[in-house]
Amino acid sequence: MTLLDLANPTKFLSLTARVLPWLAGATAIVLLIGLYQSAMAPDDYQQRATVKIMFIHVPNAWLSMFVWGVMSLSALGTLVWRHPLADVAAKAAAPIGAAFTFLALVTGSLWGKPMWGTYWEWDARLTSVLILFLMYLGLIALWRAVDDPSRAARAAAILTLVGALNLPIIKFSVDWWNTLHQPASVMRMGGPSLDKAFLIPLLVMAVGFSLLFVTLHLAAMRNEILRRRVRALQMMQASKPAA
Amino acid sequence: MELGRYANFIVTSYALVAAVVLILIVWIAIDYRRQKARLRELEASGVTRRSGRSAADTR
Repeated sequence: MTLLDLANPTKFLSLTARVLPWLAGATAIVLLIGLYQSAMAPDDYQQRATVKIMFIHVPNAWLSMFVWGVMSLSALGTLVWRHPLADVAAKAAAPIGAAFTFLALVTGSLWGKPMWGTYWEWDARLTSVLILFLMYLGLIALWRAVDDPSRAARAAAILTLVGALNLPIIKFSVDWWNTLHQPASVMRMGGPSLDKAFLIPLLVMAVGFSLLFVTLHLAAMRNEILRRRVRALQMMQASKPAA
Repeated sequence: MELGRYANFIVTSYALVAAVVLILIVWIAIDYRRQKARLRELEASGVTRRSGRSAADTR
């Protein structure tokens, strides 16, 4: 099966039906290993046991940006290549991305209270991630507001590409401004600054959450394809002359 | 595993992540069943795809 074949929704559904059970199984196994490693990780000398919050906060924060990146590629697919599954992918990813962003914000707050002494600070990193969350909600609202999926797709694609400008701001906010949020400790020049005792559980959890995203995204795309079939059949039914 | 005086923050974080992930999984599963049921209803009422293949068939 080539990449071009996947442009066919029927072939995509067939592939999804075969792949989803394996992906779901792999996700569960990797997340269980990650949870075990997170539980067994030692306390940090500064953060104490709250370092365990990092093992869920950081993967959710990475995915909040990654999902918008996926949606931006899909937006290009909609506007430039008019790929039939591009807007399906973008629409299906938005609620999942919003959930990851929400979790990144809340787990960050729950870590911030004992470590910084506050749940929230209007610093550049936290504020730009909050803006990302609001953009996800705006995009979901836009999809729901327009009945015709193809019209909604073009508007959503433009909004997604404009919103992608926020991604480098989020990533480099800790370098460009003086923020309470600490600078990058994994994806940085010179390699990760974390000890292996923390880095390994963090990376395993990141792989687990990434697999979770792929699994949920494929399942949500399958639902969206079926929703469009429902719409097509309803339109056929409405256009049938009354007997 | 000793969580110490920050146990509330740690347990709440993990519980919240578990709850949101569970909600996502259940929501997607319910949506799948709903769409399949709608397609079967439409096909039962005589509306079919031009190709003649079942719209509810995802295999």
